[in-house]
Amino acid sequence: MKVTLRIWRQKGPEDKGGMVEYQLDDISPDASFLEMLDVLNEQLIQKGEEPVAFDHDCREGICGMCSLVINGTPHGPERNTTTCQLHMRKFKDGEVIDVEPWRAKAFPVVKDLVVDRSAFDRIIAAGGYITAPTGTAPEAHSVPVPKPDADKAFEAAECIGCGACVAACPNGSASLFLGAKITHLGLLPQGQPERWDRVVNMLEAHDAEGFGGCTNTGECTVACPKGIPLDVIGRLNHDYLKATAGGKKK
Amino acid sequence: MTDDGFYTTGDPIADTKAPAGPIEERWTKRRFEVKLVNPANKRKKTIIVVGTGLAGGSAGATLAEAGYHVVQFCFQDSPRRAHSIAAQGGINAAKNYRNDGDSVYRLFYDTVKGGDFRSRESNVHRLAEISTQIIDQCVAQGVPFAREYGGLLDNRSFGGTQVSRTFYARGQTGQQLLLGAYQAMMRQVDAGNIELYPRHEMLDLIMEDGRARGVVVRNLLNGEIKHFTGDAVVLATGGYGNVFFLSTNAMGSNVTATWRAHKHGAYFANPCYTQIHPTCIPYSGEHQSKLTLMSESLRNDGRVWVPKKAGDKRKPADIPEDERDYYLERIYPSFGNLVPRDIASRAAKNVCDEGRGVGPGGQGVYLDFADAIKRLGRKTVEAKYGNLFEMYERITGENPYETPMRIYPAVHYTMGGLWVDYDLMSNLPGLFVIGEANFSDHGANRLGASALMQGLADGYFVLPVTIGDYIARNSDLPPVDPAAISEAETRVREQIDKLLSIDGDRTVDSFHRELGHIMWEYCGMERTDEGLRKALELIPALREEFWSRVKVTGKGEELNKELEKAGRVADFLELAELMCIDALHRTESCGGHFRAESQDEDGEAKRDDENFSYVAAWEWAGAGKPPVLHKEPLEFEYVKPTQRSYK
Amino acid sequence: MAIAIPAIYRTTVGKKAVMAVTGAVLVLYLIAHMIGNLKIFFGAEDFNHYAHWLRTIGEPAVPHRTVLTLIEVVLAASVVLHMWSAVSLARRASAARPVKYQAKRKSHAQGYATHTMRYGGVIILLFVIWHLLDLTFLVVNPKDSGATPYERMVADFAPERWYITLWYVLAVIMVGLHLRHGIWSAFQTLGLRTSRGDGPLRALATAVAAVVTVGFLAVPLSITFGWVS
Repeated sequence: MKVTLRIWRQKGPEDKGGMVEYQLDDISPDASFLEMLDVLNEQLIQKGEEPVAFDHDCREGICGMCSLVINGTPHGPERNTTTCQLHMRKFKDGEVIDVEPWRAKAFPVVKDLVVDRSAFDRIIAAGGYITAPTGTAPEAHSVPVPKPDADKAFEAAECIGCGACVAACPNGSASLFLGAKITHLGLLPQGQPERWDRVVNMLEAHDAEGFGGCTNTGECTVACPKGIPLDVIGRLNHDYLKATAGGKKK
Repeated sequence: MTDDGFYTTGDPIADTKAPAGPIEERWTKRRFEVKLVNPANKRKKTIIVVGTGLAGGSAGATLAEAGYHVVQFCFQDSPRRAHSIAAQGGINAAKNYRNDGDSVYRLFYDTVKGGDFRSRESNVHRLAEISTQIIDQCVAQGVPFAREYGGLLDNRSFGGTQVSRTFYARGQTGQQLLLGAYQAMMRQVDAGNIELYPRHEMLDLIMEDGRARGVVVRNLLNGEIKHFTGDAVVLATGGYGNVFFLSTNAMGSNVTATWRAHKHGAYFANPCYTQIHPTCIPYSGEHQSKLTLMSESLRNDGRVWVPKKAGDKRKPADIPEDERDYYLERIYPSFGNLVPRDIASRAAKNVCDEGRGVGPGGQGVYLDFADAIKRLGRKTVEAKYGNLFEMYERITGENPYETPMRIYPAVHYTMGGLWVDYDLMSNLPGLFVIGEANFSDHGANRLGASALMQGLADGYFVLPVTIGDYIARNSDLPPVDPAAISEAETRVREQIDKLLSIDGDRTVDSFHRELGHIMWEYCGMERTDEGLRKALELIPALREEFWSRVKVTGKGEELNKELEKAGRVADFLELAELMCIDALHRTESCGGHFRAESQDEDGEAKRDDENFSYVAAWEWAGAGKPPVLHKEPLEFEYVKPTQRSYK
Repeated sequence: MAIAIPAIYRTTVGKKAVMAVTGAVLVLYLIAHMIGNLKIFFGAEDFNHYAHWLRTIGEPAVPHRTVLTLIEVVLAASVVLHMWSAVSLARRASAARPVKYQAKRKSHAQGYATHTMRYGGVIILLFVIWHLLDLTFLVVNPKDSGATPYERMVADFAPERWYITLWYVLAVIMVGLHLRHGIWSAFQTLGLRTSRGDGPLRALATAVAAVVTVGFLAVPLSITFGWVS
């Protein structure tokens, strides 16, 4: 199949950047979207041009490294699918495809389609953990966890930290990412002692990174390749208000 | 055994750190023997950790908690993206929660046997002992393992073991365990105990006075070459399956860190041991960049077949029952479709070599669920395998409920790695190697759900104890000589400049792809003397071509993904040769190494314990010089070697 | 509580919670206001009496218009806080994405109502100002303070002033849309929404929005079409 690509090219963080058009003929519909970009890059290198820089690693939808906004939608048109698992058969022959990086102040563009997502690491560092130094653990069966709680915690813990929620949110908010971790740890008995500090510290870190606030548009959950539900933001709100207005945080 | 000019034989080596005595007391004994570091001194000690996967992440967090100053690197944009995240199945632990006769000793026994008697008993027993602590630790961190209605942890049996000892978090166990370690790590980053450098790739080791004292890294964002020195260096940089170009590894997984340490004298052990997983989604065309694994559980209900006639291009539905060859059921009537990974993989390759393979390029066999759907109903099949079927359809565009899946084996894990002693220290003092990057615990073949166990055992429980012994015994190392640093930095700069200056006419990927073809063909599932010799002609020629024709665009002082790849492929081109030499020298078949010359009349792998019951630790002798083989003899006091049979 | 107030003024969740709580106050007021309006269908006397009662609640225990003034103060404060949160979050949102997407952004979630919140809010604000000038301060009303409330209403929406009615209709529909998302959103913001309760909650939000819209439209439309005169 043939496609026309309009790809955001930007030499470096200070460069202004812009869309550049490329024509690709003879792409297999069985190729993944990133493999299609590999083919483009091979051709660019052969011509002596700079290949398009984009982030990717596992290419099986779990590492969270791939991050493209395809035709205005993070991770492209297929739901619950990361860019690396999106295949060209989902596009029409001759289609014009826009490819852009995640856009957020907290995710500055490094080059072309590569952005810096270290803000997420800093949010986790601010409290997204349970303090359990190695060696201090009690026997695993000493704390039973009701299965529904364990299942819900797992669903929230599935977040791959890709940042599609931020890319999709009209406010550039990372509330879904944040809520997922709050929910994961907050639902487990092990997470209770730090629950109220965690939510306040992580939210403050989130805000300090320059992410926007949630206005409940729900775009994030639709863009999320793991389908993390909006409930996690509800839980974030609930825990935060209880910690502050409710006076739970000591 | 002949040297053949491919290698020379050096002195045998031995692991001097494992204590003698009853096996169940050795780890306790070693822990008592180690010299301790005064807590007040720990923060003056810097430990460099390269890699943030299960092994590196858990080690970084634990060392920092213990009070050391940790400097840690990963090439990804965040520590959370290390490829451990993609492990699906689960993690073994000898908890015996099912009361099904499991014990530390049984896990030890299964692992030694599963490794085809090519691992050290002391190491494996320690691994089995620690397995239970890992689960406790991870639960305390909030890893959401699957649970039963009573709130206790669920288990399943995995990889053909007779006991249920595998803990899991749906199909994302690796992800959940890694996030646990990552979060523990980030807590230490916040506390200032870990200096974290993501998007930094280690390109060289800084050696002084025979000791590993630091690393040279390249900041992948701007190309800056930097050095970091400390009291010890820990490599947790994973396996080298990507030498095959197509594998289930992540695109960035590479051998560079361990290979460059190897070139400083660290022995590379058993490089030929490669695990090939039978149920991956096959290759679909020249564009293919990686292979995706599907859970082996599919073989519980799917039936594997190919057409009887070579070159049969009919659609599977049009091939009548009597023209299909359910070859696993035919050859292995008692195990049928459930034969072990290596046997299933090899059988698939054989039928494809006969021209009976299906799908694009004839590199695939059918895994048919039609019978299962008839027998169990579509609903039951959906409940069991729905997620996997969806993933298959997403990638191939075919609906496995209607047309049989196509599967093919793919490289999945490498058991070989840098040689380490019981303390996980390589033969270079101060250089520790943990996780998949070392060779230690899996012998010639790794059991399912054991990789996660080993990575975390090394990082959480073994290394933090044993590294202390080294640090305590070397408490007043002088500052590193600037000459040693600039020498290492110069080496790195020279290589980068060289790669950028060739300006040839072939892309890095084209070389990598060609290398992959050679390795898969001659050093893949089935190896022969003839094939390996052929590979040993092709690889050096390809390497030479690489260094004269590769085209790397861009500059060194910027984000340059082509340059990153080029450096990694350069190392794969050297490693590949060593793998073939190792495979050629080991004329027996064992675990993940099958030599066509060494099989019994049924086509079963035949070990040669008399001649090969040793670890092959290879020493780099210099560019263009044959490597030196050091043998570490293996002794089996507890689990006596037997030949397996699946007929 | 010492830390609660500053925290709420600082964080995005806090601001949103302020918006939810003040929104709830305004919704309750709207419902009461709507019920009052509907008195017009009971005739001029009932309606005028109701308007008078509003000013005399609590008398003689408290002076004239005390309760009404209190209500007005609470309402004004709510409106200001509601708007302040909205503006503050909107400014933050715009700062959070300094470079916009080139491709047309596609919305995949929720409904039309969600995407009208911001400009809808501005339209509602303009309407409220007009509405106060019209029926509270009588600046743009055809009648003066000498007329009864009933006469003012009828004059306002007289058939020949159909454009005023149209303006009211548009504004009230905007209020309805604002409520449909806003009520649901307030529950989510306060952490009171659950997955299981989502269906009923959306139904409730839609129902309240519909009732308020119909209730407020009934009066001007009835006057314009001559059913009430």
